[in-house]
Amino acid sequence: MACKQWNQRATEKTINWGSHQNPPDLSYNTWKLVRFSEIPGDKVNWYFFPDQCRHCMSPPCKEVADGKAKGAITQDEKTGAVVFNPKMKIKPADFKEIREACPYDIPRFLPSTGIMAKCTMCFDRTKEGMLPACVKTCPTGAMNFGDRKDILEKANKRLEEVKNVYKDAILANPDDVRIIYLLVDDPKKYHKFAVAENTIGITRKMALKRLLQPLSSLNRLIG
Amino acid sequence: MTNHYIDFRNADVILNMGGNVAENHPVSFKWVQAARDKGAILIHVDPRFTRTSTKADIFVRLRSGTDIAFLGGMIKYILDNNLHDEFYVKNYTNASFIVNPKYSFDDGLFSGYDPTKRAYDGSTWALEKDENGIPKRDMTLQDPRCAFQLLKKHYSRYTLQKVTEITGTPEDDLVKVYKAYGSTGAPDKAGTELYAMGWTQHTVGVQNIRAMSIIQSLLGNMGIAGGGINALRGESNVQGSTDAGLLFHIWPAYLPTPQAHLATLADYNKTTPASKDPRSVNWWKNRPKYLASFLKSTFGGKATKENDFGYSWMPKLDTGQDASWLNLFDEMYKGTFTGFFAWGMNPACSSAHAGKVRQALAKLDWMVNVNVFDSETGSFWKGPGVDPKKIKTEVFELPCAASMEKEGSISNSGRWMQWRYKASNPPGEAKPDGDIMYELFKKLQALYEKDKGTFPEPILNLKWDYETNGHFDIHKVAKEINGYDLTTGKLLPNFVSLKDDGTTSCGNWLYSGSYTEAGNMAARRKKTDPTGLGLYPEWSWCWPLNRRIIYNRASVDLDGNPRDSKRALLKWDASGKRWIGDVPDNAVPPMGTDGAYPFIMKPDGVASVFGPGLKDGPFPEHYEPLECPIEKNLMSNQRINPVVKIFEGGLDTFKTCDPKYPFVCSTYRVTEHWQTGVLTRWLPWLIEAEPQMFCEMSLELAKLKEIKNGDRVVVETPRGKVEAVAIATSRLKPFRIAGQTVHQIGIPWHFGWLHPKDGGDSANLLTPTIGDPNTMIPESKAFMANVSKLTKKQPAKKG
Repeated sequence: MACKQWNQRATEKTINWGSHQNPPDLSYNTWKLVRFSEIPGDKVNWYFFPDQCRHCMSPPCKEVADGKAKGAITQDEKTGAVVFNPKMKIKPADFKEIREACPYDIPRFLPSTGIMAKCTMCFDRTKEGMLPACVKTCPTGAMNFGDRKDILEKANKRLEEVKNVYKDAILANPDDVRIIYLLVDDPKKYHKFAVAENTIGITRKMALKRLLQPLSSLNRLIG
Repeated sequence: MTNHYIDFRNADVILNMGGNVAENHPVSFKWVQAARDKGAILIHVDPRFTRTSTKADIFVRLRSGTDIAFLGGMIKYILDNNLHDEFYVKNYTNASFIVNPKYSFDDGLFSGYDPTKRAYDGSTWALEKDENGIPKRDMTLQDPRCAFQLLKKHYSRYTLQKVTEITGTPEDDLVKVYKAYGSTGAPDKAGTELYAMGWTQHTVGVQNIRAMSIIQSLLGNMGIAGGGINALRGESNVQGSTDAGLLFHIWPAYLPTPQAHLATLADYNKTTPASKDPRSVNWWKNRPKYLASFLKSTFGGKATKENDFGYSWMPKLDTGQDASWLNLFDEMYKGTFTGFFAWGMNPACSSAHAGKVRQALAKLDWMVNVNVFDSETGSFWKGPGVDPKKIKTEVFELPCAASMEKEGSISNSGRWMQWRYKASNPPGEAKPDGDIMYELFKKLQALYEKDKGTFPEPILNLKWDYETNGHFDIHKVAKEINGYDLTTGKLLPNFVSLKDDGTTSCGNWLYSGSYTEAGNMAARRKKTDPTGLGLYPEWSWCWPLNRRIIYNRASVDLDGNPRDSKRALLKWDASGKRWIGDVPDNAVPPMGTDGAYPFIMKPDGVASVFGPGLKDGPFPEHYEPLECPIEKNLMSNQRINPVVKIFEGGLDTFKTCDPKYPFVCSTYRVTEHWQTGVLTRWLPWLIEAEPQMFCEMSLELAKLKEIKNGDRVVVETPRGKVEAVAIATSRLKPFRIAGQTVHQIGIPWHFGWLHPKDGGDSANLLTPTIGDPNTMIPESKAFMANVSKLTKKQPAKKG
C-alpha cells in the first residue's frame, strides 16, 4: 500500500478468489505483493512472501534488454537499483524474452502502451537519503535497508539465531541479489520463484556472457 | 490496560487469548517481537490459526464461547501444582478473606438466585467483617470458608477431561499452555495477557476477564512490569471515550451516573465507597471532591453550594434503567425516539442484529449523521429492500474532519493521552467534531433563551465558553478537563488538589495533571527512560498522575524492595522517604506490617480473588452462549448465563441446538479494514487488498457442504442472511465437543451494502440481540449459523 501510494499506482479491480492474497499477482500497477502460502497438516503453517524485484547485482533482464531494446532497463550506479524506463515502448516479443530471463518472474507490461513496470527500489527516495516507502512504513522492523556490507552482516547474524529454531533456514540467493529474504523453510513452500533455479531463464549464451562480464562495483543493497 | 503497549517487551510469557494481536494491533506487535527477541514466548489461543498464530511459540484452538472453561482449567492447574505466588496471594489479594457462611454454589447457580427476576440478591456473597469493620482473614489460607479454599473448590470441577470436552482443545494442548503460563507464578517471571473482543463480546464477557484477573492475581502478575490485564482496545480513542463517560452508566472519569432515587448531592455522596480498614487507602472515598469539581466545570459560576452545584440539572437514569445499546435500539424500534445523532458511528452495520436497527431508524422523525463518508446509516432510507417513499425520517448529513485534519488528544489502550496536531485542512464544508458540537449547542442555548422550553436550566446554565476569537478552541477544553483552582484562576497540578466545596473545577479527575501551568503534558515527546523498562515518563501523559503501571506497589515486598531485580519498577528510598521508578500507586510508605495495601482503588485495598461486585457471581462459571451447538452445558444444568436479559419475540429471535443452524459462527477483523469499513471501504487500495465479504471454514466443512474455495455462499441465522465468498482453509479445523463434531466458521464485519456495490453486506445482520448482564455488550463472537453454496449463477471474474 505504501508502495502504491508513493508511486501513485492505480488500483486493480479485485474479487475475493478464496484467498487473502490480493491483488492475486504482480502487475503493471502492483510492484510489491504479499503472497500467502498455506501449508496444511497437523501443524498448520502459513507463510508470507512479500514478492518484489530483487534488484539483482547482475540483472538478466537488463542483459536481454541491452541486446533488444537498449535503454529500456538501466542500473543506477549509486544504489544498484534496476530501473525500467517508464517512457520507452517495448515490443511484446521482446518483453516476453525479458520476462523469461528473470529467475523470479518479476517484469510486467501494459500491452496497450508497451511500457514495462516494476519496483524501482524507490531510488528517487534513497538518493535523497530516505528509506524506500515499504521499509519506512513497516512498524515491526520486518524490513531493513542499508549498505550491502551492513545488511549482509545483519542477515547472517539473524540467520544464525533463527537456525536454532528452524534448522533449514536460508538466505535466498544472497550473493546475487540486493533484496535478500530470510526463509525458514523450503523456498518452494513460500512461492514458486522465491529463489532462482540455476537454469531458469538463462540461456547458455547468456550464462557465458555473464562469466566474461566484469562485475561492477556494487554498494547499495536492500535486505 | 493496567500496563501499556511498550511494557509487553518486559514479559517472559505473552498470552494472546480473546484477541488476534498481530492482525488487529499490528504496531503493538513490535513490542511482542521485542519480548521474543529476548527469549519470551508467545502463546496464541484462538478458534482460528491467524497471522498471530504464525508467530506464536504455542498455538492451540478452542471453540468460541468456552474461554471460562479453558481458564477455569488453568486456575485448577495452577493450584494443583502450587504454581501460585504464595507471598503475593496472601498479602496482596483477598484470598485469605473469610466469606459469608450463607454463600454457596450448586449446579451452576450461586446463592441468592431469583428465577422469576433472573437476578441474584448478592447479599450472601459478602465478605465477613469483624466488629471494627475490618475483613476477617486466615493468613494460612486453610480455612474452608476463606476465598482461597472456595476458589479451589469451585475450580476443582474444571478437570482436563471436562475442559477438553467443552472447548475441543486436546488435553495435551491444555497442559502445554497451562504449564507455560503457570511458570510466570515465580516472583522473577512476568506474564502478560492481551485480549480484545474475543473475550468481551459474550454473555459471559466480563467474567472472561475476571477469570484472567484471578489467574494474574494468583501468579503475582498484577502491578509488575511485563504483567497486567491488557485490553487491546478496538478503536484508537475508545479509551478516551470511556474515560470521558460516553457510556450511559458513567459520567466522566467513571463517576456512576445517578439513578433518580439519588435526588440530592448528599444522596449521591452517601453511596461513596467506604472502608473502615485503616490499611485500605480506598481512593474512591475522594469521589465527592471529583463530583463537585465536575459539576463546577459543567455549570461554572451557576453551580453553587446552595444548589448542590447544579446536581439537579444533570440528567439521571430511572431507577433500574439500563440505557445500553441493545435497549436503546430496542426502544428506537418501538418508536420511542423522535431524533437520533449517529455521531462518528455506523449502527446500521455495527449493531448486533443490524436488520432490527435498520428498521428502527425508519421510526425516527429525524437523524443527524456526522461522519467522514456517507454510510449505511445515513443512507438507510435507500438500503436494500427499502422504499424511500415509505420512509418519513429526515436525514441530515454533516461532513466532519478526519483525524489528521484536526487537533486534539487520543488516549490509547495504555491510558497514554497523546496530543495530535492538525496536518491538513478538512475538505469542503467538513468541520472537526468539536466545532460542530460547539456551534450546535450555542444555537440550542440561543433557542432556549428565545423560546424558553421545558426545564431550560441545564441548557442555559451550561458553561459553554470554549472559544477564542469566535472559534472553538480545543485547548480550552483540555484545560478545563485538567481543572482550575477557582480562587486563583490557575490550572491545577493534579487531582490531589481537588475539593468538594466549589473552589475547584475539573472536567475529568483522572485527567487532572494533563494540562498544567507547566504546559500541555500530553504533547510531550521526550524519549528518556530512566528505569529502562520502557516507561518513557516524559512521552505524552497518562492517567492517573502519569503512573504508567497501575497497582505498582504490588511489585515490591513489604519493605518496598523490588521482588524482581530485573524488573525494578519501584523501589523505596528510605533516606529520602520516597519511591524511585514509576509514579507510585500511591505515595505512601511500604506496606510493612501495618501500612497501606497496594490496590488503592478497591474498597478493601487488595485484588479480588473472590469478587462479589458483579451481577453474575463472585467466581466466573462456564455457561454456553445463548446459541450453542450442544443441548446441555457440561458444567451444570444452567445452559446459559442465568442473569442475561432475553429480548422476547418479534425480531429478536434466536435458535439454539437447531439443525437448521448447525455451525458455530464468529465475527472478526482484518488488518486492511477497520470496524464497519465506513472509512476503509472508500479507499481503493484497501478495497483492492480485501475486496469482499468472505466466510472462512475448514476444509472438512467445505467438503461436507460441497463448497469449493472461492465459491459464493450464503451465511444465515434466524436474524438474516449475508452473501460471501468461501475461503476453505486448514486454518480452521472441526472441534470434538461432548462426543460430537462441531464445525466453526468465521466472517469479517467490515462490509456494508452502500459501497462497494459488490462488496457484500454486514456480518451484524446475523448476530443476536443478547448481551453480557453487567455491560450488555452483544454476543457477537459465538452464535449459530448455516452456510451453504449460493445456487444462482454468479458472473465469474477472477482478478
